[in-house]
Amino acid sequence: MSTTEQQPVWPVEDETEKVAVLKHTRASRWMHWINFPLLTIMIYSGLRIYWADLRDPFGFGVGLVGWHWFDFLPDVINEELSLDRKLAKGMAYHFTFGWLFVINGVAYALYTWRSGEWRQLLPDRYSARDAVEVVKHDLFIRNKPLPPQARYNGAQRWSYSIIIGLGGIAVLTGFAIYKPTQLNFLTTLFGGYESSRTIHFAVTMAFIGFFVIHLLQVARAGWGNFTSMVTGYQLVDRPVGRRTTDEDTPDAPRTDELENADV
Amino acid sequence: MSDNSAKDAARAERYAALEAEAPVIDRAAYGKHSRRAVLTGGLTALAAAVSFRWVANRPLDNRTPDVLRRGHEFNEALWRRLSRDGAMAPTFDRSESSELRVNGRHGIREEIDLDTWELRVEGPDGSLLGTHQMDDITAFAKTEMTIEHKCVEGWSHVVTWGGTVFSEFAEQYREQLGDLPEFVSLETPDGDYYVGMDIASMLHPQTMLTYELQGEPLSSLHGAPLRLTTPNKYGIKQLKRIGTIRFTNEQPTDYWYERGYDWYAQL
Repeated sequence: MSTTEQQPVWPVEDETEKVAVLKHTRASRWMHWINFPLLTIMIYSGLRIYWADLRDPFGFGVGLVGWHWFDFLPDVINEELSLDRKLAKGMAYHFTFGWLFVINGVAYALYTWRSGEWRQLLPDRYSARDAVEVVKHDLFIRNKPLPPQARYNGAQRWSYSIIIGLGGIAVLTGFAIYKPTQLNFLTTLFGGYESSRTIHFAVTMAFIGFFVIHLLQVARAGWGNFTSMVTGYQLVDRPVGRRTTDEDTPDAPRTDELENADV
Repeated sequence: MSDNSAKDAARAERYAALEAEAPVIDRAAYGKHSRRAVLTGGLTALAAAVSFRWVANRPLDNRTPDVLRRGHEFNEALWRRLSRDGAMAPTFDRSESSELRVNGRHGIREEIDLDTWELRVEGPDGSLLGTHQMDDITAFAKTEMTIEHKCVEGWSHVVTWGGTVFSEFAEQYREQLGDLPEFVSLETPDGDYYVGMDIASMLHPQTMLTYELQGEPLSSLHGAPLRLTTPNKYGIKQLKRIGTIRFTNEQPTDYWYERGYDWYAQL
């Protein structure tokens, strides 16, 4: 998913200049960075709730010898973060900050839909094949240049879309566990109370997995890519004469996007 | 392979079109913009960290920072507003029941003599409205329901309760009380454990004065001779070994509420 290796989509000519191209709009940057601490609070307070039972309820294992070959969360995490006996605190944070997480998520979904940003995000007919190429490339299995891409490559389109969808599932299963009587249609939809809990925790594990890979990929993609999530812009070489700004082309059919951009 | 290269060309064209939409600024504007973005971001991160510390360090209201206590109260108001009369918790087939885990021993640590046990019912002014023996409770038609019993800790069991629906029992006090007060407080005989309930939850058709579990009389650890059960609240509200039921106009305190939990604890 490294974006520094992105192929320029215009022909490279002899004379180039450094220009800054908008990559992440102001709205999406704010929502991305607001989401980060909120999700952290949700996961941490959620773990306090998870460990209230003092057993790892979703560990699977060989019952005879009591040996677990898989734990959602090994006990060492519980011990290191001293999560047990903090249930009341966990619930207080989870059910208050949860609303902020929901509001931010709904705002992002509405924004992505209304602004047309979804065209940069959702996988299209090329993304599946491209994603395979990108993953092979990132795992050093393949040395050919990366397939062309717009803002995100195929692997990014898939993983970002999936993680956002999982955000929605986290919220829905969360409500299914929170109000299993009042919202029992939702609880039933996810296969009942226990099943809703399993899904909710599995999605949390997926968030943590995503976070690790996301950090590795950002580190690999380099400083310029990282700063674009802060400033919005990424510096690129462009052939002289190809510059287009709203000043140069006032009638360009992309005023919608410009309104969302902070030029 | 020509098919693939045509595809590649179409893809390149499509992505180039998407990227052509992106606004471009020159380096000088980028530098100015970046400095502003970094400054705004840094200050926002600082403000967020300070706010979070502020929440965590707020004065405690029943062992929860007052801001988060208001959060619980906001949620209670919201879910009360969204509640519908006659909405029922899902019921299950009796064959799905499993043995219920014993969790809390608060208020039932001392042995009691079940023969001398009695249930006291008190009015808002603390006056004794009546006392009952088990015969008074079992005189009502027995209701059995198989529901999912949920602990605030996260575990749950499908169990079959047998008992008297509380609203039927309370009917005899309607005349004495006039309109039923807003709240009900329940206590164990030794007063060590106590819960506060809203009257709507108490009068819900699935809220029972329960004396049987899986068709057997309640064991001591499950709250013999009589306990409260309702699938609409966590187990912390389902008091074992009821000694006193008090109708009251003021929100009664609650054992786990005083220890940091949500008062409403509604499912």
